[in-house]
Amino acid sequence: MTALVLRRLLVAIPTMFFVIAAAFFLMRAAPGGPFDSERQLAPEIEQRVKAAYDLDKPVTVQFGLYLQKIVTGDLGPSLKYKDKSVADIIAEGLPTSAVIGLTSMIVALGLGVALGVAAALRQNMPQDYVVMGLALIGVCVPPLVMGPLLSLVFGVQLAWLPTSGLSRDQYSFRHLLLPVITLALPQIAIISRLMRASMIEAMRSNAVRTARAKGVPEAGVVWRHALPVAILPIVSYLGPAIAGVLTGSFVIESVFQLPGLGRQFITGALTRDYTLVMGVVILYAGLILLLNLLADLLYRALDPRVRT
Amino acid sequence: MSAEDAPILIAPPGEIAAPANEQIPAPVKGRSLWDDAARRLKRNPAAMISLVVLGVLVLLALLGPLLWVHNVDTIYRDRVAIAPTWANAHWFGTDAQGRDMVARVLFGLGISLMVGVVATFVSLVIGVLWGATAGYLGGWVDNVMMRIVDVIYTVPFIFFVIILMVTFGSNIFLIFVAIGAVEWLTMARIVRGQAITLKHKEFIEAARASGASSWRIITRHIAPNVLGAVIVYATLNIPVVILAESFLSFLGLGVQEPLTSLGQLISGGSKYMDRAPWLLIWPGATMFVTLLCLNFLGDGLRDALDPKER
Amino acid sequence: MMMRRLLPAIMSLLFGAMTIASCGEAKLGIDYENKIIDIGNTAEPLTLDPAKTSGHWENNINGNMFIGLFTEDAESNTIPGMAERWETSADGLTWTFFLRQANWSDGVPVTAYDFEYEYRRVMNPDTIAEYAAILYPFKNAQAVKEGKMPLTALGVHAIDERTLEIQLEHPAPYLPGILKHSTAYPTPKHVVERWGDDWIKPQYIVVNGPYTLVKWWSNYVVHLRKNPLFYDAASVCLRELFFYPTNDVDAATRRVESGELAWNTAFPGQKQELLEKSLPGYVRVSPFMLTTFLSINLKRPMFQDVRVRRALSMAVDREFIAREIYKKGYTPAYQLVPAGMPNYPKGARLTWADEAMDKRRAEARSLLEAAGYGPKKPLKFTFSFRNSSDNPRIAVVVQDDWRKIAPWVQIELRPTEVQIHYANMRGKDFDIGDGGWVGDFADATTYLYLMETSTGPQNWPGYSNPVYDKLMDEANAELDLAKRAEIMRQAEQTVLDDSPIIPLAVGATQNLISPRITGFKDNIEDNHRARWMCIKE
Repeated sequence: MTALVLRRLLVAIPTMFFVIAAAFFLMRAAPGGPFDSERQLAPEIEQRVKAAYDLDKPVTVQFGLYLQKIVTGDLGPSLKYKDKSVADIIAEGLPTSAVIGLTSMIVALGLGVALGVAAALRQNMPQDYVVMGLALIGVCVPPLVMGPLLSLVFGVQLAWLPTSGLSRDQYSFRHLLLPVITLALPQIAIISRLMRASMIEAMRSNAVRTARAKGVPEAGVVWRHALPVAILPIVSYLGPAIAGVLTGSFVIESVFQLPGLGRQFITGALTRDYTLVMGVVILYAGLILLLNLLADLLYRALDPRVRT
Repeated sequence: MSAEDAPILIAPPGEIAAPANEQIPAPVKGRSLWDDAARRLKRNPAAMISLVVLGVLVLLALLGPLLWVHNVDTIYRDRVAIAPTWANAHWFGTDAQGRDMVARVLFGLGISLMVGVVATFVSLVIGVLWGATAGYLGGWVDNVMMRIVDVIYTVPFIFFVIILMVTFGSNIFLIFVAIGAVEWLTMARIVRGQAITLKHKEFIEAARASGASSWRIITRHIAPNVLGAVIVYATLNIPVVILAESFLSFLGLGVQEPLTSLGQLISGGSKYMDRAPWLLIWPGATMFVTLLCLNFLGDGLRDALDPKER
Repeated sequence: MMMRRLLPAIMSLLFGAMTIASCGEAKLGIDYENKIIDIGNTAEPLTLDPAKTSGHWENNINGNMFIGLFTEDAESNTIPGMAERWETSADGLTWTFFLRQANWSDGVPVTAYDFEYEYRRVMNPDTIAEYAAILYPFKNAQAVKEGKMPLTALGVHAIDERTLEIQLEHPAPYLPGILKHSTAYPTPKHVVERWGDDWIKPQYIVVNGPYTLVKWWSNYVVHLRKNPLFYDAASVCLRELFFYPTNDVDAATRRVESGELAWNTAFPGQKQELLEKSLPGYVRVSPFMLTTFLSINLKRPMFQDVRVRRALSMAVDREFIAREIYKKGYTPAYQLVPAGMPNYPKGARLTWADEAMDKRRAEARSLLEAAGYGPKKPLKFTFSFRNSSDNPRIAVVVQDDWRKIAPWVQIELRPTEVQIHYANMRGKDFDIGDGGWVGDFADATTYLYLMETSTGPQNWPGYSNPVYDKLMDEANAELDLAKRAEIMRQAEQTVLDDSPIIPLAVGATQNLISPRITGFKDNIEDNHRARWMCIKE
């Protein structure tokens, strides 16, 4: 266990280096710079500005300087947002991303597992077809359609829920409901399909047959014998699910006008805010590494075959 | 191989049962395997209907733009954003610049399918070769190659797709490569697992005994034998790519004028959903049917090629 | 069996939480009791520091926080702000301002030294002030900004606490219009000196305008609250303002429709008719000082022939573009300077503007044929356009227009990201490229200077005509406003005849604002300060 954690941490260092280097050099290779816009800076002024951010030095030197900085935990100033540092912006954006991301994951896991189990226990019955049909729709309707659609129906036409944003500067349940549902929907679909398949398999396993033969009540069979085994593929799906939620949140934050990091990243990339882009990449890469490790540990804790 | 080398994190949607593919028999029994599979597939109505519908869609995408009465880029200045009508054969209406939507949907469908197929093909080539090599050679080569996959796996790829698009400008070729470059990792893991089980089979031993080179064994014997898993993965991967392209289009980084794709049409149409809903409905429906069929077909193929799941 | 128990449980939990959560929730959009409104403001401010702001959307916010020597009324007419009265020397080169008695929001008096300090800060070569050039009419300003002269050489001097003297390079009758621009706002010397660039943060900021900054949540909301020490605080009605960066104009429109926003500073043009029905009294459209136009790169050999440029300009169907593609009140442009500019009553106009499209197309064809193009020698070029907002939609229409001249006019479309696009335009790496220009202040020179040789890379077509440059110099030196207008009209006609640009449309302000908000007046600068607004029951 400790060995696994240690090994993962060792792999994490080259991974992070690879990520940082790739993002850094790719961004610098992008045409245009942070100070190009409709209005032009006088050449003398542009020169001074670039010097202030070390942008006048060779890229490799800039990379060295940047590495030195981030090792000390300094993500630098934003090149576009003149009044804020990258750390400021991340601190302001992370809570929203975390709230909608985590809530969607929890909702997706809860509903996905429940629906999958329900469908499996009613295999090839109408309930099964309904659930799997809905799941297919969930997979096939992209969030960028689902989001505006929900917002239009529930926000404008029925006027039950706010269309977007938060409650001024406060989080509110009603404001987060539609974004979370939109973000969770594709994951609910995938998880319920996975869960159904593995549950069907588990219900046919020898362990379950033995339990039944011993006269264990059906509910007990499901809860104590089938579920613990059937849940494993879901645990191993956690990694891709996190990535999926992350990707989805880019769209959701735009559609519902939420102050998350995904939007910041995209605007940052489009406007060549190098430091902001790097800051977000580093944060997310670190988070994904960590979450993957946690998912691995969870898997080992649950899977009797790996437990030692 | 220790347990923690097991690819526990990959599990692409629908491919959880991958280890079960071990049961794909060696090519000695190859013909009967494919015959069996075909028979099983034919008994699956959803998959068969999907196959037919997909065939029709592909034909439409290929021939439609040539045969349809309207050109994809003709602007009808007196018929801007009109609703679907039989008059003048604007069955799907016209878009906000007065271009015929049937023509645009057919054209967009073609581009989307092309993006899906080519990106998947790119990921297959890289993935199959990488996975087969690692699995067949084993030992430290395998270890190093799969560690590299692990490392790249933890990279948040969405960032890189976006940065790549920004760096090289959004041209359609790059969309293929960027998406393909993201997707090959899963393929490599699946194929490696297959290769490991295959390499101890008699016919591989026989080939090795007769002095065939590793390269030859990988390309001639291992790669063809993981075909089943590859086909299933590819079928299920195309919809993923099509969705990814629509995501990029939404961010303004996807296919650009004068080209268009279903994703581009949808993300444009979603802006008009309350004033000209046909701009969203038709491309949306086309994409939905396409993705649905690909998913059904993929599921059907998996069931057909994997006897255990019957 | 599980579902049957689970579903109702989940549902009741959800709805229970919904009811609990919805109690005590803020009243969004318009809060009549507390005089709070929510405003959709198109984009996230990159900075609120007056010295550094460049965007209109930034000024929409900090225009409520600071008052310059001059300021604007509800219709954006220039009115005295911190200046109580002023005197101008006979040669129009020295202006002396006498300040009113007023305090910063921390109680410290606003003095002429604050202005002097701020103008030097703007002109400091180390300050990233994108708009510094707007103050270049100040004596020695450009040289100071470029580091060629010391800060003290700048033609701005505080005579005493309440008297400020500004010297100019050339007479500028439009100076008051410049002095109400955000770059010319004063900043509190005592606060900026203490906190440096951080002075603008909510915890340190001090203002002299009607509202002060309470919170700035990146990419989400800027919260302003009424400043009780503002000199005209008694007449300020609204107590709190929330500004949201509503990049997605469709989502923002939904928020107005559902009452979550009282006002959004834009709406999708394609939706205008629908909104006029669904939200009666909300849609406000009026002329705006924005011209969209295509630039023709004069460095390209084929475009050095004026016949080719004129032909391409004639073939563009501006009526269709304005009416069907832009919509939202845009009008076809046959000129560079939008109509309605103060002190510029009658602008120039493309000579062939009133001819029918068919005739223009035929004429364009014969012009190109006269220039030697035809089936054997096709005219080939690329059209670069910004891949954002309406621009790709315009591009395909313009391409179609050009194709209609003759089959041997071949256009390749090149979509480009906004940032790269403008860099390419300045680097003259384009054949024909799109673009637009929003005036910095309400005066024709803010457009006409674009075509001067001395403008450099920002002169996108690379246009250089000694006649034009001479006319512009004359206009700058002219004190008589009527004569000045006539000289500028001649200059504009010169550039239109030479056709280095293809004007497309004149923009419009598009506001979607609840009729319950009073004191909102349409104006050409699209400036709407909250101090003039109030809420109807």
